Amino acid sequence: MESASRHLEAQIRWRRLETVFWLCTLLPFVAAPAYLQLASQIAITALFALSLDLILGYAGIVSLGHAAYFGVGAYTAGLLAKDGWGEPLSGLLISGILAGLTGYATSHIIVRFRHLALIMLTLGLGLLLYEAANSASWLTGGADGLQGVRIRPLLEMFRFDLYGRTAYAYSLVVLFACFLVSRRIIHSPFGLALRGIRENALRMPAIGAPSRAHLRKVYSIAAILAGVAGALLAQTTETVSLEVLSFGRSADVLVILILGGAGRLYGGLLGAILYMVARDQFSGMNPQYWYFWIGLLLVAVVMFLPNGILGGLAKFLQRKS
Amino acid sequence: MFASLAGVLFDGFAYGMLLFLLSVGLSVTLGMMNFVNLAHCSFAMIGGYVAVTLVNSFGWPFLASLPIAFLAAALVSIVLERALYRRLYRATDLDQCLFTIGIVFISVAVAAYFYGTVQQPISTPPYLRGSVQLMGMSFAAYRLFLIVTALAIAALLVYALEYTRFGAQVRAAVDNQRMARGLGIDVDRAFAVTFALGGGLAGLGGALAIEMVGLDHAFAFTYLVYVLIVVAVGGLGSIGGSFAAAAVLGISDMAGKYYFPWLGAFLIYLVMVGILMWRPAGLFGKR
Repeated sequence: MESASRHLEAQIRWRRLETVFWLCTLLPFVAAPAYLQLASQIAITALFALSLDLILGYAGIVSLGHAAYFGVGAYTAGLLAKDGWGEPLSGLLISGILAGLTGYATSHIIVRFRHLALIMLTLGLGLLLYEAANSASWLTGGADGLQGVRIRPLLEMFRFDLYGRTAYAYSLVVLFACFLVSRRIIHSPFGLALRGIRENALRMPAIGAPSRAHLRKVYSIAAILAGVAGALLAQTTETVSLEVLSFGRSADVLVILILGGAGRLYGGLLGAILYMVARDQFSGMNPQYWYFWIGLLLVAVVMFLPNGILGGLAKFLQRKS
Repeated sequence: MFASLAGVLFDGFAYGMLLFLLSVGLSVTLGMMNFVNLAHCSFAMIGGYVAVTLVNSFGWPFLASLPIAFLAAALVSIVLERALYRRLYRATDLDQCLFTIGIVFISVAVAAYFYGTVQQPISTPPYLRGSVQLMGMSFAAYRLFLIVTALAIAALLVYALEYTRFGAQVRAAVDNQRMARGLGIDVDRAFAVTFALGGGLAGLGGALAIEMVGLDHAFAFTYLVYVLIVVAVGGLGSIGGSFAAAAVLGISDMAGKYYFPWLGAFLIYLVMVGILMWRPAGLFGKR
């Protein structure tokens, strides 16, 4: 017991490299003011990847339909703003709560399955929600997307400008806050129990851990974070399209997380930066060919870098020392 | 009303038989090695494009292009299996999923590069174009041909699996891979042959699909969901299960499109989620 708590304390200590990383996230304000919109997109994607990391990297729940919660958050924030509730912070909160409730409701289904059935169910639930949103065009605008979303200035002081200065600051602060929460969660005894479930799903209940309750809890938390990310996207771009619920979004975030390294808090963040910057650089390229490189990258990562870039780096550093 | 119901049943069944051809290989290989091959429809796409190229560019008759489509897809699948897939049999579900999704991305991009993003036309011989009058109703000749082909292949597969020595080895490997190895069955070889056969059947399905549902570069993605539904609902490693699931899926999809067009694909996904929640191993699955 003594050593377990010391182990947790050692992990929770803030490392110098982490401080450097978060200071670097402020660089776009001075170094690349023209790219603040992109930076804000990256922060949102990073938050979405972080949310997937909680369930996939730490609890071992493979999901091909995580965009469902992102979409619920985005549509909630969009609809609120469209109906006159344009205050961003409360909109963010409500969206997160609603996505979390959706996550809690579906978590009862999710935790009962593993392997292929789980993958198929997450895929099926995601597609189901997409089709539902597509059919309910009176609510969601269908294929045309949600029109007329107007967001009030942040804290009644900062307008969402064309350059994305407010958008990036807002997304970054929310990302950082959610990151701190996630970091605290995974370094708690609850986080350790989750990793135990990931490693051996039968043994944890045998030693008395309520594994299904744990999984339900982390799944709901991840849904909240995904919903917050979706709401951020809706608020900073002032549009919501069906794409927020699409299979493509679920697949992209999975690629991002795997590329960066799952089960390491910074994996999703690093993956989001690399993926989004690369996509921006190659935006002139036909999307079909873009996916060729993504496919090649996936194959290469699975074959040669099973734990993503961060996993590879950690191994490399370990071997050196 | 009755005529339209019969028509929907017929069209749905023909569509279901197409899905059966596309998915039966995946069902057996997944049951055998637990390998989640999401790139199965890429093999179907290979068959489709081979048939299109042979018929349109080289003037082959449609029927003659079908065996070549089968062979080409089987060849590519066995090369992939030997070169890449076998390294991943012990990997996690997630790794297998990601790897094969990567293959799907690549195949879609390659198809778009060589053939563009338009629907590929194919010309079928005149005797497959018209319709056949039976008991006062007319049935599209091509769909009849599809049903007959699929039924013949299903019968052949059941025979091969139930009554030959090789079939017994495959069944043993599906039921218990370790035990089969212990008895001296060369599971790797049996798997490679089954994989090639499954890939070939998908290729044949892809070639047959062009006339009915069309073929474009995104085929590998569009039909992936349908194929996975058939496999997951039918149960792994079960030919009868795949057959029943494909027929039910084809008919309910057609009926949904005909009677409730505003629901879109919603109904199909609902049925899938419902069945999986009720029986996670599929309707006919043993595990």
